[in-house]
Amino acid sequence: MNGAAFIFIAIFTLAAALAAATLGKLIHAALSFAAAFVGVAAFYFLLGAEFVGLVQIFVYVGAVAVLIVFTILLTRRDLEKDHGFNWSGVFIALAVFAGLLWAILKSSNLSSAAQPLASLTVKQIGDALMTDYVWPLQCIGVILTAALIGALVLVMEERR
Amino acid sequence: MTPTLQLFLIISAALFCIGLLAALSRRHAIFILIGIEMMLAAAGLNFIAFWRFGPQPAPPTGVLITIFAIAIAAAEAAVGLALVIAVYRRFRTTNIDEIDELRG
Repeated sequence: MNGAAFIFIAIFTLAAALAAATLGKLIHAALSFAAAFVGVAAFYFLLGAEFVGLVQIFVYVGAVAVLIVFTILLTRRDLEKDHGFNWSGVFIALAVFAGLLWAILKSSNLSSAAQPLASLTVKQIGDALMTDYVWPLQCIGVILTAALIGALVLVMEERR
Repeated sequence: MTPTLQLFLIISAALFCIGLLAALSRRHAIFILIGIEMMLAAAGLNFIAFWRFGPQPAPPTGVLITIFAIAIAAAEAAVGLALVIAVYRRFRTTNIDEIDELRG
């Protein structure tokens, strides 16, 4: 694994995520959100999980980011008003980060280098999905169908 | 320098806390959804990192759990954004501080 690539991706991802969380204009935040998820997908590529990285780009940058932009455009009349910022969230987030950092730094055995990667092919993932993980796969199918129908029912105009 | 598991965990903890910051601080409903998506992505990054730094060759458990988490996150985003649109139609606002009809 390449150290320079890691530092570059880490800075890019965290900067984009911070911009998505703090930018005032909603449309800029949505674009930064897409950039942050490209960074997370780059981490997946760096870690040798290419398939998950591609799924991440397809689902988040391709679908969820477009969905967010559409929602912003549909609720556009509300954008001019200032929504305010709750500063207590900053302190809570910093406290949670300090706690997680303490736990990570205190744990032993976390600083060993990675062993050489045994290649993980898409065929292996498909085999696992069709054998050991077939029930979770079916449940995901049901959940996605239910979410699709539920989203349609929620936004349907009421006929009077 | 080769990145270790510790560095990946610190990065994903930072991503999680940025998501938490967006979910807690912003008063716009879409920002809260963006924050929740970031927290889910941080969890997925942890799964992949632990899978990569475990003994090799590893069964693809971490990879599969991350794929399932991405699918759940997509369903959650679709329903959440539909809720935002429904709330906007009803109240003409997406500021969560003004939507307090259920407050006792």
